[in-house]
Amino acid sequence: MRTRPEEDGLHPAGESGPRLSWHRPSEGVLTLVLAGRWCLDETLPARNAAERDIPAVPGRLTFDTAALADWDSGLLTFLAGLLKTCAARGVAVDPSGLPEGVRRLLAMAAAVPEQKVPPRNAAARTSLVSRIGAATLVLARGAPAMLRFLGEIVLSFLRLFSGRARFRMSDLWLEMEQVGPRALPIVSVISFLVGLILAYLGADQLKLVGAQIFIADLVAIGMVREVGALMTGIIIAGRTGAAFAAQLGTMQVNEEIDAFRTLGIPPVDFLVLPRMLALMLMVPLLTLYAGFVGMFAGLVVSVTIFDISLFEYYNETLRALELKHFWVGLSKGTVYGAMVAFAGCLRGMQCGRSAEAVGEAATSAVVTGILLITVAASVMTIVYYQLDI
Amino acid sequence: MAGRAHIEVGNLSMAYGKFLVQRDLNFAVSKGDVFVIMGGNGCGKTTLMRALIGLQRPAAGTVRYDGEDFWGAAEEDRARMKRRLGILFQGGALWSSLTLAENVALPLAEYTGLPPARVAEIVSFKLALVGLAGFEDFYPSELSGGMKKRAGLARAMALDPDILIVDEPSSGLDPLTARRLDDLILELRESLGTTIIVISHDLASILAIGSDSIYLDADTHTMIATGNPREALTHGDPKVRHFLTRGSE
Ligand SMILES: Nc1ncnc2c1ncn2[C@@H]1O[C@H](COP(=O)(O)OP(=O)(O)OP(=O)(O)O)[C@@H](O)[C@H]1O
Ligand SMILES: [Mg+2]
Repeated sequence: MRTRPEEDGLHPAGESGPRLSWHRPSEGVLTLVLAGRWCLDETLPARNAAERDIPAVPGRLTFDTAALADWDSGLLTFLAGLLKTCAARGVAVDPSGLPEGVRRLLAMAAAVPEQKVPPRNAAARTSLVSRIGAATLVLARGAPAMLRFLGEIVLSFLRLFSGRARFRMSDLWLEMEQVGPRALPIVSVISFLVGLILAYLGADQLKLVGAQIFIADLVAIGMVREVGALMTGIIIAGRTGAAFAAQLGTMQVNEEIDAFRTLGIPPVDFLVLPRMLALMLMVPLLTLYAGFVGMFAGLVVSVTIFDISLFEYYNETLRALELKHFWVGLSKGTVYGAMVAFAGCLRGMQCGRSAEAVGEAATSAVVTGILLITVAASVMTIVYYQLDI
Repeated sequence: MAGRAHIEVGNLSMAYGKFLVQRDLNFAVSKGDVFVIMGGNGCGKTTLMRALIGLQRPAAGTVRYDGEDFWGAAEEDRARMKRRLGILFQGGALWSSLTLAENVALPLAEYTGLPPARVAEIVSFKLALVGLAGFEDFYPSELSGGMKKRAGLARAMALDPDILIVDEPSSGLDPLTARRLDDLILELRESLGTTIIVISHDLASILAIGSDSIYLDADTHTMIATGNPREALTHGDPKVRHFLTRGSE
C-alpha cells in the first residue's frame, strides 16, 4: 500500500501552478490531491495520467483540495471528464472533498442528461463521382420545386386577372422605381460601351468590302434586337435578382413569410407578383433605352472616327430599323425580366433560416437568372429565325 | 474586495440622435452583485447595456470598470476591459454559420492558447451547464428560441468572465428552465465570484436573484434607484411597486 504522495512527473508545475498528485489511504481508495491554481491561463495536467491510476471495481475516488488556491472552468472541465471516466468504469466517486461551488456546478452540468441526437455531418469526404452524382440529384430534385413555384406564379397571375390577387399597388410602384429609374445609370454606361464595341467590330470587317456605312445597320439591329435586351437582362439579374432573393430570404429568416401563410395570404401574391410585374414592365423599357444609347454610341464613333456623315448614318439607321426589330427586342426584354424575377423570388422563397443562407440565395439567384436568360435567348433567337421575324 | 464599487456609472445619458432615451443615470455595482436593470418595454435597458459594453458611445457621462474610465480610454484599453465581459444579447446573437460548439469555442480560441481538445471539453461543459449537452453540432437555425438563448449564455460564459451582462435571459424560457438559469446565475456568483448584471422583466426571477437594482422610467427618462428588489416590493417607490406587482398596487 502506498501512502506517499506521488508527483505526476509529466507536469512539474511552478510555484503557484496546478499540481496533481494522488495517494491510496486504504485498499481500493484513491485520493486525488489537487493543489495550486487550476485556472485556464495555466497549463493544466492531462487527464489520462490520473485516469490510469483510477482503481478498478470495486473502488472509490476521493478528493483532497486543502491546498487548492484558485479554480475556474479549467478545474471544472478536468473533473467533469474524470467523473465521466469513473462512471464508465463503475468507480464510486465521493465528491465531499471538493469545494462546495465545484460540487454544485458539476451537479448542474449533469442535471440535464446529454441528448441522444443522430450523428451529424457524417459524409465529409466523398469521391468526385459521387459528388457529381449528388449534384445532379440536387438539380433533378430542384426541377419539380421550380415547376411548382412556376405553377404558383401562374395561379397568382390568374388571380390577378380575375381581380382577386391580394397585393398592394404601392408595392408595385416601389418595385418599379427600384428596378427602372435607378438602373438607368448602369444601363446607360454599359449600353454605350457595347454600342461602341459593335461599331468598331463592324468598321473593321466592313472596311474589307468598302461598306462602312453598314455600321449603322449592324449597330441598330444588333442593339435593338439582341444585345440591348441581353445586356439589360444580365445587369438586372445582378442588380435586382440578387436583391429580390436577399429581401425574400431575410423575410424567410424573420418568419415573415410564415406569418403571411398563417394569415391565409398567399405569399406569392403579396411578394412575388409585384416584383414579377415590375420587372416585366420595366425591363422592356430599359431594353428600348439601351438600344437607343447603343445607337447613339455607334453614331458618335462613326462620325468622329470613321468619317461617316451624321446625315448618312441617320438615314441608314432609319432604313435598317423595321418595326419588327423593336417587337423582338421588347418581347425579349419582357421574357428576360420575368426570368430574373422568377429566379430571384424562387431562391428567396427557398432560402434557409440563417444569414448564410440569405447570401447563398442571392448568389444562386444571379446564377439561375443568367442561366435562364441565356437559355431563353437561344430558344427565342432560333424560333424568331424560323418564323422569319 | 467585496462591496467596493466594481462598475460605476456616472451621469450617463444616452440618445439616438436628438431622441433622448435616458439621462443622468448614476449607480454602482459591487463585486459579486446580481444587479438587476428593470423597466418597461422601450425604456432603454438594451441601450444602457450597449453603453456599458462599448457598442454605443453615450451622449454624456462615464462608465468605470474598477475605477478605469471606459469610454475615455484608448481603443486598445477598452478592448482589454471588454475582454472581462461576457454578454448575452437579447436575441441570442449566435453566429448562424457556426455550430453551437463553434460558437462557444470561438472566444476561447481567440483569447486563450488552449489546445483544441481542451477547448472542446470546456465547450461541452458549458453547454451542459445550460442544459444543452449533446447539441454541439447543431446550427442555431436548428434550435428553438429558448435553446438559442441558453446557447447564447453558454457562449457568454465561455471565458469565465468577471462580469456577465445578460439581456433578458429568461424571456422565451419555460418556467423550469428559467428557474434553472436563475440557479446557474446565482451559482456563478457564489462559486466564481462573477458580477452579474441582469436586464429582466421576469418578476419571479428579479425577486429570486436580484441583490441590487435600478428601475428605468420611460416617462421621465431617468432612473429610480431601487436597492434590493425584494425590499423595493414592499418599501420602494410607488412606480416601482406598481411594476413589481404587475400593476395591482
Ligand atoms: N437604433 C435605434 N435608433 C433609434 N432609436 C432606437 C434605436 N434602438 C432603440 N431605439 C429607441 O430607444 C428606446 C429604448 O430602446 P431599448 O432597445 O433600449 O429598449 P428596452 O428597454 O431594451 O426595451 P425591451 O424591454 O423591449 O427590450 C426605444 O424607444 C427605441 O425606440
Ligand atoms: Mg431590450
